[in-house]
Amino acid sequence: MISGFALAVAAPWLSRIAGKHGGNLLAMLPAVLFAYFLGLVQPVTGAGPISEITRWVPTLGVDLSFRVDGLSLIFCLLITGVGTAVIAYTGAYLASHEQLGRLQAYLLAFMASMLGLVLSDNLLALFVFWELTAFTSYLLIGFKHHEDKSRGSALQAMLVNGLGGLCLLAGVILLSNIGGNTSIVALIGQADAIRAHPHYLAALLLVLMGAFTKSAQFPFHFWLPGAMAAPSPVSAYLHSATMVKAGVYLLARLSPVLGMTPEWVGIIAPIGALTMLIGAVMAFFLTDLKQILAYTTVSMLGALVMLVGINTQESMAAAMVLLIVHSLYKGTLFLVTGSVEHGAGTREIGELGGLRRAMPLTAAIASIAALSMAGVPPMLGFISKELWYESSLQLALGGIPLVAASVVANGLGFALAGVVAYGVFFGKPAHPDPHPHDPNFAMSAGPLLLAGLGLVAGLFPGLLIEPLTGAALTAMAFDASHYHLALWHGINPAFALSLLTFALGAALYTGRERVVANLGRLAGMGRYGPKRLYELSIQKSLAYARFQTNLLQSGYLRSYVMVVVLTSVVMVGLSVTWDKVQSIVVPALDVRLHEVLLAVVILGAALMMARIGASLAAVAALGVVGYGVALMFYLFSAPDLAMTQLSVETLSVILFVLVLRSLPEAKSLSSRSTRIRDALVAATAGGLMTLFLLIVLSEPFQSRLSGYFNENSAPLANGRNVVNVILVDYRAFDTMGEITVLAVAAIGVYALLKMRKGEGGSR
Amino acid sequence: MNSLILSTATRLLLPLMLLYSVFLLIRGHNEPGGGFVGGLVAASAIALIKFSSGLERARAALRFDPITLVGTGLLFAFASGLLPLVAGMPFLTALWWDQKIPVLLKAGTPVLFDLGVYVLVVGVVLTMIFALSEE
Repeated sequence: MISGFALAVAAPWLSRIAGKHGGNLLAMLPAVLFAYFLGLVQPVTGAGPISEITRWVPTLGVDLSFRVDGLSLIFCLLITGVGTAVIAYTGAYLASHEQLGRLQAYLLAFMASMLGLVLSDNLLALFVFWELTAFTSYLLIGFKHHEDKSRGSALQAMLVNGLGGLCLLAGVILLSNIGGNTSIVALIGQADAIRAHPHYLAALLLVLMGAFTKSAQFPFHFWLPGAMAAPSPVSAYLHSATMVKAGVYLLARLSPVLGMTPEWVGIIAPIGALTMLIGAVMAFFLTDLKQILAYTTVSMLGALVMLVGINTQESMAAAMVLLIVHSLYKGTLFLVTGSVEHGAGTREIGELGGLRRAMPLTAAIASIAALSMAGVPPMLGFISKELWYESSLQLALGGIPLVAASVVANGLGFALAGVVAYGVFFGKPAHPDPHPHDPNFAMSAGPLLLAGLGLVAGLFPGLLIEPLTGAALTAMAFDASHYHLALWHGINPAFALSLLTFALGAALYTGRERVVANLGRLAGMGRYGPKRLYELSIQKSLAYARFQTNLLQSGYLRSYVMVVVLTSVVMVGLSVTWDKVQSIVVPALDVRLHEVLLAVVILGAALMMARIGASLAAVAALGVVGYGVALMFYLFSAPDLAMTQLSVETLSVILFVLVLRSLPEAKSLSSRSTRIRDALVAATAGGLMTLFLLIVLSEPFQSRLSGYFNENSAPLANGRNVVNVILVDYRAFDTMGEITVLAVAAIGVYALLKMRKGEGGSR
Repeated sequence: MNSLILSTATRLLLPLMLLYSVFLLIRGHNEPGGGFVGGLVAASAIALIKFSSGLERARAALRFDPITLVGTGLLFAFASGLLPLVAGMPFLTALWWDQKIPVLLKAGTPVLFDLGVYVLVVGVVLTMIFALSEE
């Protein structure tokens, strides 16, 4: 994983020096990692999970504890396997793009975060990687940053995922509080206690928010089709094969902790089924290849979530197999779409047809993948669908709607597989590009490999898929000892449903044009979906921000002062309660004559400053107030403060004089009522401060700090002036912050004044 | 504004004020004083030149652009924090040199930090005064 981040940093540079072989070179890393994880299959399925712990933030219980079990291994293999294909493909797909290196850097960084996500055993570390994937996804969607649409989609994906991420964080914290642990393995041990806990439902809902936004479940499904603004290989990798499955991963990972309850099944399964139907139906009405694939992805994510929601051993097995199949065929089809656009010039299905002559290799790849998508034997897709039907049929009466929804969604999926493969590559030749052509080897190898895997795995399911899914079931706390996968399950209800699906699919495919023409008007209803809600909320919050800015930041210094003073009055005032006021002990007055005189001078000067007309005189009066206060500090034995106050006062008078010199003579501009208002605000602030000080002084004075500082200042910090030692040693970090603020203020003043000169103004 | 009294006084006061500011800086660790006050006094001294002999003289007397001083001060303070990192300790840990130096008494990273504050304060105050006087 670290190698992923490291290579991501080096990628732009590498891709420049390696020229056109850069993509293949960078693809070596995922390939090597793939081989590494493949090597782990044997030990993990045989001997059980492998884990490794590094302490990261021990005070918060955040460890980098990595754990490889069956479930993470499936994801690791998908991430690195599809990653290899995608990175090699990208190198060729965008060969002439000047920012190719940057794109590959993002891709590698994403891969590393995704691996971190599926390998973390620590919930908080998992959350960190979760957010990292959202962040890299934002960068990848917005890759064409000069296009408005890309930026909008990227932002939308970021906001939706950010919302889910925050909920997930809350859920994770709640969960670790209930369980008293941040390790998932440890939490599984306390699953019963967690399910019985009164906060169980809250934790579950928060985690679900995270999973549903990430995996584009209804009503958050709209960000995923929007994310298709990214280049095709990115869509293939993030938005179909890996990242969007993170939500499914999270659900599967936490199912032994949170699952097996009526709430789990009752919330997750229906939402999954609904998403599955909506995705499939919407895909059916679209004409852009990539959008079709995007919505079928939403549909399949819904199916995965539904299966995880059903939460039986069979449904989990079906989900795992479907997960693998879907990544293989959907990744392939996205890459193929990229090739078609590259070779034939468009993605509109209406303008495409009969490409098999010009692009034979691409046509073959697409056909294999589409057969898997349609769930035709002997593809792996067939096996997954059989398992899917079997597990839904096992449900009692409540399962009937789920079964019906599944059949409809799969029928639509079958028809759409026909559209993307048969419609584009067979039939009457049609394409805008006069010379369509197959892409080069680097662009074909990846998809060919992925599609081929789907076929091989279908023919020999016992070879790789069975041990992997078996180990994943063990990871989800099921007993997988009798688990067995086969291509042929015999003639049973599931097979009958498969046949029904094929028939429905074929009918839908042939009748597609008529259906679309008749029902096309209804598709416009999408406008009133959750996407509209999202847009509205963005608009409204921007409008509110503008209103608030206008209100609070008027550009007049006087209103800023007012806002600052009033805010502190309210905030401080809230903390003053009546019993605190009653507890005030008025200190015994022991004042000397000179102290009283000093106070009178300060008060007099302050009043004069407020009443006087001429501005220079007001500044002088202000200076008197300042010097008076400095003297006060000196009298009450704070020489450091007194000295500083004295110098600061001197310099601020100088600054005031310099500023006032260039301002017009002060006139009385404010009306009587504003003056009264200002006086009231000032009096409240001053009165409250006095009250506050009296309260503080009435508390018994307990300070271990000053004793500590006094004792240790000289021996530890080599200084006898405690004030200064605090400033430069004990609290040097604070001082550092303060001087930084000073520096920024100076630069600000400098820049503002210079800017005005630049404008040629001579006020 | 040319006042004989002011310019004569400045000539006498200037070395005293500068010396006093350095004195404040050095003694700050044991007696009242420190980088902040020292910096303010030094800045007042330069401001005095500005009022008696004009902006150009003040700039010439300072030699450095005050903005540069702001950056330099911040750099000193930051460097004093980085040194202990090199020695494998947390950021801003105080490191002291065992040898005593005649005037400074003791040398260590907090002294460097205080020097940074001093230089920065001179820079900040004079940046503002100069910028305002230029108008």
